[in-house]
Amino acid sequence: MGIRLLINAARFAATFLAATVAVFLFMRAIPGDPAQIALGVNATEELLEQTRREFGTDRPLAVQYLDWVGGLFRGDFGVSYVTRQDISPLLLDRLQVSLILVGLAMAAALLIAVPFGTIAALRHRKPSGVLLSGLSQLGVAVPGFLAAIMLVVVFAVGLGWFPANGWTPPGVDFADFLHRVTLPVLALASVQGAVLTRYVRSAVLEVMSEDYLRTARAKGLGKLEALVKHGLRNAAVPVLTVASVQLAALIIGAVVIERVFVIPGLGSMLLDAVGNRDLLTVQSVVMVLVSLTLIINLAVDVLYTIIDPRLRKRS
Amino acid sequence: MRRIPVRSSAALLLTALTLSACSAGSGGQSGSGQDGAGNGQGSDGVVVALTGEPANLDFTTTAGAAIPQALMANVYEGLVEIDQDGQIQPLLAESWEISDDRTTYTFTLQPGVTFSNGEAFTADDVKFSLERVKSDAWLSSLKTKMDVVDGVTVLSDTEVRVQLSRPSNAWLFDLGTPVGAMFDESGVADLASTAIGTGPFTVQAWNRGESIELAARTDYWGESPKVETATLRYFADAVATTNALRSGDVDVVYNMQAPELLPTFAGDDAFQVLEGTSNGEVMLSMNNARPPFDDVRVRQAVLHAIDRQAVLDTAWSGYGTLVGAPVPPTDPYYEDLNNAYPYDPEKARALLAEAGAENLDITFTVPTRPYATAVSEIVVSQLAEAGINATIESAEFPAVWLDQVFTRHDYDMSVVLAVESRDLLTMFNNPDYYLGYDNAKIKDAAAAADAADEAGYISGMQQVVRTINDDAAANVLFLFPNIVVAKAGVTGLPANSVTEALDLGSAGWQ
Repeated sequence: MGIRLLINAARFAATFLAATVAVFLFMRAIPGDPAQIALGVNATEELLEQTRREFGTDRPLAVQYLDWVGGLFRGDFGVSYVTRQDISPLLLDRLQVSLILVGLAMAAALLIAVPFGTIAALRHRKPSGVLLSGLSQLGVAVPGFLAAIMLVVVFAVGLGWFPANGWTPPGVDFADFLHRVTLPVLALASVQGAVLTRYVRSAVLEVMSEDYLRTARAKGLGKLEALVKHGLRNAAVPVLTVASVQLAALIIGAVVIERVFVIPGLGSMLLDAVGNRDLLTVQSVVMVLVSLTLIINLAVDVLYTIIDPRLRKRS
Repeated sequence: MRRIPVRSSAALLLTALTLSACSAGSGGQSGSGQDGAGNGQGSDGVVVALTGEPANLDFTTTAGAAIPQALMANVYEGLVEIDQDGQIQPLLAESWEISDDRTTYTFTLQPGVTFSNGEAFTADDVKFSLERVKSDAWLSSLKTKMDVVDGVTVLSDTEVRVQLSRPSNAWLFDLGTPVGAMFDESGVADLASTAIGTGPFTVQAWNRGESIELAARTDYWGESPKVETATLRYFADAVATTNALRSGDVDVVYNMQAPELLPTFAGDDAFQVLEGTSNGEVMLSMNNARPPFDDVRVRQAVLHAIDRQAVLDTAWSGYGTLVGAPVPPTDPYYEDLNNAYPYDPEKARALLAEAGAENLDITFTVPTRPYATAVSEIVVSQLAEAGINATIESAEFPAVWLDQVFTRHDYDMSVVLAVESRDLLTMFNNPDYYLGYDNAKIKDAAAAADAADEAGYISGMQQVVRTINDDAAANVLFLFPNIVVAKAGVTGLPANSVTEALDLGSAGWQ
């Protein structure tokens, strides 16, 4: 297990470094001069040069890169070209918002997926099971932003039950937080829930055909009882794998949802920063997203070995 | 042993959620649900929806209209202000005298004015503010508007004299725009996040990515605002703003960018729709410096080829004003030149034939903005009628457009909203500008007009405008409307957008 962790850590570091190079080069490759965007259409060449010096974009690429990566390791993300303030505190604020959103959406998605997926599997030959299975297929086909827009049209503009957009931190006004967060969480969770429902269904179906479950049922346990006592943990491994991959997708999906619902998370920060060619901010946000994905993968790997002892022995 | 892992993974998720929830609560964001952002009805607050959030609070170093829109008039004030008709009115200066040679201005200041940090506003602040524009502290390109200032002399606490290097009519007007904002010397340390001015509001909270909350000052020198708070909430697009208005989250949508959404509001008694004017010229720009548009006949052909009324009706639902030159009606030297180039595709064809430019192929670089994409299709089809084959090429705005069109001048035709007030000379009196207009014919006339008296200024500038128009230097498709949609009970909203400022000092409820 120690070696396994070491290998994982090395892979983490290598991927992280590769990502810094890729993000840095991509941002330099797209057209647009940050100084020109900051100063607007009537800037003089003199002012532009002064601003480029201030931003440090006049230095050689290698110097800019090393300066940025060095900062990352010290926890210093640099100063935004646009807000002219330290990126780190703003990034933390935005990260909290996104984590709450994604965390709630994942929880909601699992709350949808586990019961529905199990029912769909237990009744896979009955009409109700087929219906659930069909519904989940439909849910998978709907893009998140479309779900978001439909939710806004029906529940905010049409019925007026929820606000169309906006955000209140839970610590400030919890009731208002719940009121505002419901639609965006539903938008994210409906699609994720549908995806996960399908995986729960197939995982449960597979488990039900295993010998040990047949043995359990032969001993007199009911279908559901046998599943809960002996099967669910085994079904959890493939579901967990998919959920982890989906969690990363959820974080990316939140970028769009945050835009639709005007939520001040990492997603809206990223989109604004790209538009303004706020290079350091874009790089920082992307690296946070990359790190989150890597951390999730690492955590899932560790969780596997805890849930399934066979994996532990194999390593 | 077998049960622990399941419990711990559940606990992990729970802990993560709780942690993030707690830390966000103690974070720097304060809720938009407070102070009427979510329920702004009543006399205590008004919530205005806008698109395009300010990057920071410092318009002295950051370009764009969003910062002055939020802060000028509300937080910062100048010696003069520009009213809804484009006229110069006294503000922090009670009155002023102009010397006979029109180079010396003596301002008498309002007594008893204080900044929001408690400091008194005096002639020293005028000197500090005007001189600061000329220093390295100002990075904004607008600073060149103060180049004409030679010196500022403090005569007493409430009297200050400004010496200009030459007479300038434009200068007094510019004092009513962001370059004329008055700052307190002890209040400029952190302009990006702390705005200290003499205006009726202070910035109470700034929820980045979301809103700016302005609180009315109790010690304001002038007439107090009619609301305790004015909240500016920022949205990604026009549809999001109208959704927010319909669901009751905001009270006003200012400068609405999607006129096709208006009919449902116009027919509903719960809402009011105001259609004001703005300085924004939707300008079909042609690269005067390179073929085919270096030939005046080709440019004139384009002006004859475009049915501007049809463009306005199709692209912007008929909202907006047709002007025949890059001058809005609120400018003093405006005259109606709408009939200079009547819609006449036959004439356009004839001009093109004369120039030897039949069956012309050009690239039409369209920035990714709603107005630009809306006009592009109809412009292309009208050009085709006249024998000009335009291929649309989309350019991300601002980054790619600025780089390709504005900086490198690598384009044939483009369309852009020019929003600055009185920007005619900025655009056409500079051969290095992206339009590439040869300013030899207007340079002297423009300088003479600026130095002349009021009447001479107007007639001189009209001559300049006519020359630019004869040269068909660009085609102003229409003047952007300033559309305001609000709940029926909101009063005191400025319908016209004459400068960048959105003045909420008179906004209130019936």
